Amino acid sequence: MALLEAFELSKFFGGLTALDAVSLAVEAGEIFGLIGPNGAGKTTLFNCLTGLYVPSRGKVLVRGENLTGSKPHQLVAAGVARTFQNIRLFGNMSVLENVMVGCHQRSRAGALGAVLRDRATRSEEAAIRARAESLLDYVGVTGRASAAAGSLAYGDQRRLEIARALATGPALLALDEPAAGMNATETLALRGLMERIRADGVTILLIEHDVKLVMGLCDRVAVLDYGRKIAEGVPGLVQRDPLVIEAYLGGAPA
Amino acid sequence: MLVRAHLSIFLQQVLNGLVLGSVYGLVALGYTMVYGILGLINFAHGEVVMVGALCALSAMTALQGSGLPGFAVVLLALLLAVLACMALGLAIERIAYRPLRRAPRLAPLITAIGISILLQNLAMILWGRQYHSFPPLLPVHTLHFGGASISTVQLAIILVSGALMAGLLLLVHLSSLGRAMRATAENPQVAGLMGVNVDRIIAVTFAIGSGLAAVAGVLVSANYSVAHYYMGFLLGLKAFTAAVLGGIGNLAGAMVGGVLLGLIESIGAGYLGDLTDGFLGSNYQDVFAFLVLIIVLVLRPRGLLGERVAERA
Repeated sequence: MALLEAFELSKFFGGLTALDAVSLAVEAGEIFGLIGPNGAGKTTLFNCLTGLYVPSRGKVLVRGENLTGSKPHQLVAAGVARTFQNIRLFGNMSVLENVMVGCHQRSRAGALGAVLRDRATRSEEAAIRARAESLLDYVGVTGRASAAAGSLAYGDQRRLEIARALATGPALLALDEPAAGMNATETLALRGLMERIRADGVTILLIEHDVKLVMGLCDRVAVLDYGRKIAEGVPGLVQRDPLVIEAYLGGAPA
Repeated sequence: MLVRAHLSIFLQQVLNGLVLGSVYGLVALGYTMVYGILGLINFAHGEVVMVGALCALSAMTALQGSGLPGFAVVLLALLLAVLACMALGLAIERIAYRPLRRAPRLAPLITAIGISILLQNLAMILWGRQYHSFPPLLPVHTLHFGGASISTVQLAIILVSGALMAGLLLLVHLSSLGRAMRATAENPQVAGLMGVNVDRIIAVTFAIGSGLAAVAGVLVSANYSVAHYYMGFLLGLKAFTAAVLGGIGNLAGAMVGGVLLGLIESIGAGYLGDLTDGFLGSNYQDVFAFLVLIIVLVLRPRGLLGERVAERA
């Protein structure tokens, strides 16, 4: 059974068909790439898979369970976490607090404990803090835990988003263009991080424009164009698919 | 001698202002919390204060002859008022605001005013139009110092308000629930995608704000020994002014704004007669609150501690 499955997902905005009956299945343990020209519907698919959009048609399944139309936090509880194409950190909170928000779902303490600060609440709070600190180390954002999240360098903000998503304890991490705006060195480090995340048992669904990165990293790739899936398979084959070449380069094949 | 008399009068006004301001602060917190998280002015909040006071009053009247000691009756009544107002706050959010969360901003504002009128009229039916006096369940002492005096009730108001504000700050800044609240205030969509149950956090915010309002209602009624169905209106407007003064959406701002407004009102009213040579008396006290509101809105719309208004797109 696939870890995350989209079954004939469609999304209409008024008369616009942003997604047209897209099906794909991400298996546990793989790095699955999602590529396509700008406006192909990749982020719309992400939004449907993470509960931000309710799909117009079709189903979202997590380990076979139908979670179509679930709230985002319910999908997080089912093990799906994500980052954003345009960075969306909590700018009024510290770097560490951003990651600690990701741990919220697994915390038990209520309002009363928060005020009374009893032993159980304090030890849970300490555990959350420790976990958040270790996640910051894990993604390589060090020494800036108490800084404002918005003050980090761009690449660090991207890594902080990954740490925050990992804090929810996901089975699948959906990364929306994590390498956007990164230089070659940073991209290389990011690639190492993604490989480590996969090795630690988290499946990755990756939207990325950097074709070299996708082809070198992903086990399988799906290609979207105008809201439709036009190809799927191992990177080497997809790269040579005439439909894919056409979508990227335009023009009718001779 | 004259200087000392002036000083003691001034001290008395400061004390009165602190008492008044603590209550404004407690109520202002409810406005500011809801605004911070929903971008909505909950104009029904003042009515929650009124319901809290009248619920406590009914509970005290009912329990008065039960043989329980006075402080137990007061505590029970307070607890009951808090629970009733929390339930009321949750109901208001669920019925009047949640269905309109994606509607244009004007829509929930109108329902807020509607709920406010509804609650006033319901309270008038349930408790009548008359002023109810709070039963004297606890012995009230008056403490004197420096020529000024403060009653134990007033002292309790300052202490209870201070403790509740400190507790709220602890909750919001040093707990998982508080982080989730701040995250939701900053970006509900992203908070949801990070596993925060946004609907629950919003409900909790209403419950906490309404609980504080209930306490404020009981305190202010205990201070003036009176409660009635219309008391929430002016108090609510003033607390809203305090929230705007401090910077709406900012918790510390609501507290500072509350205390400051209390002081302005009390000191202003105390000297208004002298300043205008008796032309305007202290009954013009209410003018100050709204003068402050106008001045703040014109000169510094983000308030004293406000900063993020521009960020909310």
